[in-house]
Amino acid sequence: MSKRPTVEQRLYWNETRPDRVSHLDVRDPARCGPCDGRPCVRVCPAETYLWEAADGRLVIRFENCLECGACRIVCPHDNLDWRLPLGGRGICYRYG
Amino acid sequence: MERFDAIVVGAGPAGTTAALVLARSGLRVALLERGAYPGAKNLMGGVLYTEVLASLVPDFRERGAPLERYVARRGLSILSAGAETALSFQTGAWDAPPHNHGYTVLRARFDRWYAGLAEEAGAELVCGVGVDRLLADGDGTTCGVAVRMPADASPAEGELRAPVVILADGVNSVLAEAAGLRPKPRPGHVALGIKETLALPRETIEDRFGLAGDQGVAWTYVGEATGGRRGAGFLYTNRDTLSVGLVVYAADLADSDVAPAELLDRFKEHPAVAPRLRDAEPLEYGAHLVPEGGYDRVPPLARDGLLLAGDAAGLVGASPRPQGSNYAMASGELAARAVLEAREAGDFSAAALSRYRDLLAESFVLKQLEHHRDWPGFVERNPHVFASWPAALTALVEAALRQDGREPQQREAELWDLFQRRVGVLPLATTAVQLRNALRILGYGKTDRLVEYLARNW
Ligand SMILES: Cc1cc2nc3c(=O)[nH]c(=O)nc-3n(C[C@H](O)[C@H](O)[C@H](O)COP(=O)(O)OP(=O)(O)OC[C@H]3O[C@@H](n4cnc5c(N)ncnc54)[C@H](O)[C@@H]3O)c2cc1C
Ligand code: SF4
Ligand code: SF4
Repeated sequence: MSKRPTVEQRLYWNETRPDRVSHLDVRDPARCGPCDGRPCVRVCPAETYLWEAADGRLVIRFENCLECGACRIVCPHDNLDWRLPLGGRGICYRYG
Repeated sequence: MERFDAIVVGAGPAGTTAALVLARSGLRVALLERGAYPGAKNLMGGVLYTEVLASLVPDFRERGAPLERYVARRGLSILSAGAETALSFQTGAWDAPPHNHGYTVLRARFDRWYAGLAEEAGAELVCGVGVDRLLADGDGTTCGVAVRMPADASPAEGELRAPVVILADGVNSVLAEAAGLRPKPRPGHVALGIKETLALPRETIEDRFGLAGDQGVAWTYVGEATGGRRGAGFLYTNRDTLSVGLVVYAADLADSDVAPAELLDRFKEHPAVAPRLRDAEPLEYGAHLVPEGGYDRVPPLARDGLLLAGDAAGLVGASPRPQGSNYAMASGELAARAVLEAREAGDFSAAALSRYRDLLAESFVLKQLEHHRDWPGFVERNPHVFASWPAALTALVEAALRQDGREPQQREAELWDLFQRRVGVLPLATTAVQLRNALRILGYGKTDRLVEYLARNW
């Protein structure tokens, strides 16, 4: 317990049945550059979002997503097209 | 195109209860769940409060409900960076059934079992099917749902029709939002729960926590548990696992430089928590939102051909001791009762279905929510209760207990000085009055109600 697992390691504990296409998308990529604090990145417990400063764009690793919905709530510009993965796909909690 | 008497969206506690009640009354009811199985998407702390379940399924224990342990002891710890002040309560009275109606559960197991009961009663449970949108007829009355079928199914889409739909699709009800029934919740009105399930042998759990048989512990942590953010940490004992996690207001996480997973790590490493988790092996990591808006955010609950139940309607008892699964079950049951009455009268209009709100208002659901309607506002206006007071309290306790040969007067002076610097008479008094009013305790009465009514309608 002394060593902290990374988020990636944590996600490996889980059972996930990834969808083929992303259920998450940014509506207007231009809004993310000047977005103050990028709360979607901060709030996501699965590190789904990654700000690529070099290209000035938000990378979405949708396979990480735990479908909690926090990013959708905190985006100040209502800029996330947040949908549910296809039925049966995505996170499958065995304990919950 | 399939026709049903009613369609229920979401096989969580709200939807499954609604489907169970409707199926028992002989209706042809579809229970649609987007997860590969009921519970696949669901996560809570958590303690299931079983009064509603017991009233619907009196023999739930005999029927093999996957209950982990009954709550034999509750605790609250107030943490500073290195210290813990704790309150614990247990009583032999909870050792006898019905165990004060509180059991720890793991939702993936519980929801699956519970949906099985609805199936046995005749509900048609379909998993792996996400509802995409509601179908409306010419005048806007909901008359069914459009679904996306699981991968590789053909056709890829389908439609199901029924004169009434119960939406029990949880806190992220995009369907209720699309129907214009509620806005997207604000970050100050939802909390993010993150949780790990850890494996620990049964005997180790029982030795470590001093438990016998099916006894269990439910422990809440505030203060440093969340790094002073609004919310709390939790630790629950299950049969041979532990549930450990945090619930933190989304607004506070959006402002935070510490990522949620790191907050959880810090909590798990706290000297008051780490020994309780020692040698436990991780099994799962999950996250889920909790609606925290309370009574004043409850949306309209019905419209023509449509009802809203459970988290989708924000029906969570936001209070110092939050609960939701039992509220979800109660609202699912009452939504079903309203549907049965509407069916009797042959009228599924919003006016007829408004009976649902009346039933909720007569039940503990809206009574509790209304009773604690000022709790969300209290939390919003008093962040110091979470941010700085827990550390102040532990500092005071530490100073009071310290053995250093001080004169009694010196000790009192130091305590008073500490109190004035870190809490203060005025802030304590104003917070205490607000807390009294939010919880409606200590002689809260008619005059308070009038003053609050005027303040709210100013
Ligand atoms: C960290 C945490 C701790 C908690 N602790 C407790 C506790 O200790 N005690 C307690 O009583 N409550 C607790 N709660 C609250 C409790 O979990 C919820 O109030 C309860 O689960 C609400 O039930 P529900 O049926 O309304 O929604 P949910 O349980 O969320 O069920 C909604 C269902 O709908 C399905 N669904 C969603 N969209 C669609 C769609 N489009 N098509 C088909 N299906 C769909 C979902 O997959 C899900 O199965 C906690 C919550 C969290 C997050
Ligand atoms: S919070 Fe919204 S606008 Fe800001 S970076 Fe994220 S998606 Fe873009
Ligand atoms: S839904 Fe939750 S887990 Fe998924 S991307 Fe958004 S914040 Fe991250």
